[in-house]
Amino acid sequence: MTLSLSKDTVQVVKEQDVVFLKNRVKEVALKIKMGLVNQTRLLTATSELVRNMMRYADGGVCIIEVVSSGRINGVRLTFSDKGPGIPDIAAAMRDGFSTGKSLGLGLPGTKRLVNEFDIKSKVGEGTVVTILKWANG
Amino acid sequence: MDKIPILRMGAYLLVTIQVDLYDRLALNLEADLVQMVNKTNAKGVLIDISAVSIVDSFMGRIIGNIAGMCKILDAETVVVGMQPAVAITLIELGLPLKGVHTALDMEKGMNLLKSIIDITEDDVVQDETADDFITE
Repeated sequence: MTLSLSKDTVQVVKEQDVVFLKNRVKEVALKIKMGLVNQTRLLTATSELVRNMMRYADGGVCIIEVVSSGRINGVRLTFSDKGPGIPDIAAAMRDGFSTGKSLGLGLPGTKRLVNEFDIKSKVGEGTVVTILKWANG
Repeated sequence: MDKIPILRMGAYLLVTIQVDLYDRLALNLEADLVQMVNKTNAKGVLIDISAVSIVDSFMGRIIGNIAGMCKILDAETVVVGMQPAVAITLIELGLPLKGVHTALDMEKGMNLLKSIIDITEDDVVQDETADDFITE
């Protein structure tokens, strides 16, 4: 049972918004005393997902939440966009698969960096990616 | 627009990245650095990333690209000062930075460069008009 303690919504449309979002995520991670390595993992994951959102969907919204499950706290991020959606999620989650010109590490790599990862997408409607990183997990 | 300075020291180019990279900045650095290698006939490139706290797959690819591009221009690239948390993240992400030389700090990086490059005097261009920075 995870409980949401705080909620903050950040719009990401321009490149400056990306910097702002990363700073906000870092602030929240520091507030719950997340370790340095986990902070780096979380911020790298944020960087990957926000890039996807910018590249494939012209931006979107990120919800930053502090969540608690009893004694441990964590940060949950929900990235939602109204882009073209992903037709084959299983393929997108495979290492080395990319419809752009990238390395295809973004989604599978992000999944390895966080504790919980969820992706939902509908072609023509958009994509929602949710990640959760515990302060020390 | 921000720009990352590229300093020339003999046959080497030194780049110290003092800010967190964003995509455009990294792409500009890649272009500038390759131009600079060509212009100065540099044999070695030393990139200090000790102040960089995040390297994601895009930045990792740029670092790999820089090393690859410099290699075919006959220059070796050494990346120094990577933070431990960044190394952990890169490997978990699935980006082992193959083909990029690394060293713990500037000094070790310089020694590594010297050991892999065989420099003869005429490799160093002497008459460049003191343009250590790229100014465009």
